[in-house]
Amino acid sequence: MESNSQNFRRGIKDGMPICLGYLAVSFAFGIQAVQSGLTTFQATILSLINVTSAGQFAGLGVITAGGTLVEMAATQFIINLRYMLMSTAISQKLKDSVGIFPRLAIGFGMTDEIFAVSVGRAGYLSPYYSYGCVLVSVFGWTMGTFLGAFSGEILPQRLISALGVALYGMFIAIVVPVAVEEKSVLAVSLSAVILSSIFEYMPILNLVSSGFRIIIVTVVVAGVAAFVVPDDEGEKNV
Amino acid sequence: MYNVYLYIIVMALVTFAIRALPLTLIRGEIKSKRVRRFLYFVPYATLSAMTFPAILSATSNIRSAVAGLVVALILAVNRRGLLIVALGACLAVFIVESLPI
Repeated sequence: MESNSQNFRRGIKDGMPICLGYLAVSFAFGIQAVQSGLTTFQATILSLINVTSAGQFAGLGVITAGGTLVEMAATQFIINLRYMLMSTAISQKLKDSVGIFPRLAIGFGMTDEIFAVSVGRAGYLSPYYSYGCVLVSVFGWTMGTFLGAFSGEILPQRLISALGVALYGMFIAIVVPVAVEEKSVLAVSLSAVILSSIFEYMPILNLVSSGFRIIIVTVVVAGVAAFVVPDDEGEKNV
Repeated sequence: MYNVYLYIIVMALVTFAIRALPLTLIRGEIKSKRVRRFLYFVPYATLSAMTFPAILSATSNIRSAVAGLVVALILAVNRRGLLIVALGACLAVFIVESLPI
């Protein structure tokens, strides 16, 4: 039985590579946030209290387009819906005695990467492990955003341009390895790419704001897939 | 157009609710297979739709964007981690934009 401080330190250790990865990706987010008209302070606060990659990225789109708050809420809801699944899975790894505060704290820091290391823990998950992991990860995410927003303007254009693809690179790194393994995921990914291209290039359809475009594409493609994919596929990782 | 902080707070509240509610409320397993499958496919559909075609206009010109996309795909197929794929794409864009042609 590991002590709380052992669990905490283990969490920090496992959080280190996540922190480094977040630094690079959130640096690009910071640059993009400033380009979208946010101040360095706004970008940093946004990262500190949101801690999502795809969600924040889409959120910038809604802000830039001057979308409604309902549109913002709907965008975040759809894009971050996967966290509901992850939180549900993690709830099965917590002892019944774990109180409301630790549960809220674990929920706050539920990202794809932290979820991945948390499910990798044998037996029950100690909240102290999550505290350590979330602490260093959120530090990296927030710090990277600040640095990107702050220094984005003094960096040469070529470098900013190059960092602009970092988030997309991360998305590709999440989707492609699974798509190569599972035909259903490959079909979902390609369908989403085609549908979103149609929204981008078709007259009239391209008037739909990018936030709602992502919602529509996601609900349609994932919804259809949920009905047409045979029962034994598509939930291997659930 | 609203105050930026209003947007940020709405984002954070919705996101926090999604993450925290299952941990505090749901005690059992989600029963509906259909719902589980839908949720399983959501991130892949979302991330794909957000990446393409947006990546094509993420850099100074489409040539460097295509280079970044192709390098990211190759690295990802070869199962490199998030950091390597992201940095590889950045490097490809940087190199192409540095070319004299």
